[in-house]
Amino acid sequence: MTDDALRLDGVAKHFGGLRAVDGVSLTVRPGERRALIGPNGAGKTTLFNLVAGMLPVTQGTIRLFGANVTGAPPHRRAALGLARTFQITNLFLGLTVLENCLLAVQALTPSRLSMLRPLTGYHALYARARAILAAVGLAGVDGVVVANLSHGEQRQLEIALALAGKPRLLLLDEPTAGLSPAESRLMADLLANLDPAITVLMIEHDMDVALALASHVTVLHYGRVIADGSRDQIRNDPQVREIYLGV
Amino acid sequence: MIRRRALLALGAVALLALAAPLLPPYPLTLVTQALVVAILAMSLDVLLGYTGLPSLGHAAYWGVGAYTVALLATERGVGLAGCAVAGVLLAGAVAAVFGLVAIRAAGTYFLMITLALGMVVWGLAFRWVSLTKGDNGISGVPRPELFASPLPFFYFALAAAGLAWTLLALLVASPFGLTLRGIRESESRMRSLGYNVWLHKYLAFVISGAVAGGGGVLWAYYNGFVSPTDVQLITSVEALLMVALGGPGTLAGSVVGAGVIVFLKNFVSLYTKRWLLILGAVYIGVILFAPRGIVGALRRRSVR
Repeated sequence: MTDDALRLDGVAKHFGGLRAVDGVSLTVRPGERRALIGPNGAGKTTLFNLVAGMLPVTQGTIRLFGANVTGAPPHRRAALGLARTFQITNLFLGLTVLENCLLAVQALTPSRLSMLRPLTGYHALYARARAILAAVGLAGVDGVVVANLSHGEQRQLEIALALAGKPRLLLLDEPTAGLSPAESRLMADLLANLDPAITVLMIEHDMDVALALASHVTVLHYGRVIADGSRDQIRNDPQVREIYLGV
Repeated sequence: MIRRRALLALGAVALLALAAPLLPPYPLTLVTQALVVAILAMSLDVLLGYTGLPSLGHAAYWGVGAYTVALLATERGVGLAGCAVAGVLLAGAVAAVFGLVAIRAAGTYFLMITLALGMVVWGLAFRWVSLTKGDNGISGVPRPELFASPLPFFYFALAAAGLAWTLLALLVASPFGLTLRGIRESESRMRSLGYNVWLHKYLAFVISGAVAGGGGVLWAYYNGFVSPTDVQLITSVEALLMVALGGPGTLAGSVVGAGVIVFLKNFVSLYTKRWLLILGAVYIGVILFAPRGIVGALRRRSVR
């Protein structure tokens, strides 16, 4: 039996008296596409930060592909194949699109610490960075400083950076946040065409995007998992309808 | 782009080398001084401009290099090579220890910790009288015979600054150099991409300290005298001003900034005691009209 891509056991995060994440247990199988939904303040992004190692957990254990990473720093988790995007765009604004992508491509290669040879000599890194930019539709703007990109292009670059390290588990934090309907459709197409071997856990408010992509949905409310099942089960779950859809 | 900048730098070096014999003695020593100080400014730029770490204690590593030479060359008669190696290694070692403390902090806290650590070195220079002769300083640091007179020493300083520029330019153009700029732009993104951000900052800190120590070695030979004023806060502040004035994140800018400040400090002060007023005016002008510094303003970066 293969290991679960992600396994959380009783994971909790308390900020003082606030239980932002309150004993979440869930498993994501390799290759699965899972949506994580829930009203604002449900603890979705906090949970992502716990999984990625940006915040320490208060309680519980986190396993990535069978390895216990509960106390591991973010870079150790990235080395195990974890990549993420950010809800609030988090890019290298002062660098060019290509430089952003090169940073992502070289992150898990030994050349990241090489000091005496110009980067321009690393043709393989450039080729891979250009290929990824082409795949997300940013090939034409590779020389542009990221601060000058449109919001939609910056969201695409978020995805490019996450894909560049050849992740096995991808955490997508509201990939369509702030996008126009047309841009959202482009993003949904981009996500639908991801390598099926990549396990995806995504937070998404746009239900069309979330349910088109994910076969399995977990609902979070006040830091707890209140429902977990196939998309049809979730659609018809009375509790979910009540708190999430307000029906 | 890198090739064009390397050619520009080579051109500037060649111009200086050709013009030097024509210069009267005083301007020649000033240009020499600017070259020596430029090494300190460039080393600081790796932290401030590229990595986004505002060190306010860079005189410490510069001072360790200078004091190492002063102690080894006067009493023990150690030659240039021995002094240079010892100065760079010792400054790097001090940076390696200080870095363990300082790299844990960011932003203003980093500034304050580096300031405090710099004051520790100043305090040692001032109070450890049996070693450093305290306030009197150590005088009579002998220049190597080959470079004893001003013109050969100028060429020596030019070669040393050129070497420092080459090494640091290679560093910032390398994959490692790009990671430093990435850290400046977004540490959290670097972490989630899989970088051990602490390690990269620490390495940059140690390298920067070692290069600053190399500048200090040269400074001891240039001045022939090392005292606590070389490690005091004002020296660190001047180095920061040089980088900010010339353009953070452009090594050439640090050289230009060093030149401007050395010129103002030594040349303008001949004519008016109020040279600091002029420096202040120049600084405000640069901040207002060229916030990226003199060289930064000359480079357009919207589309490369």
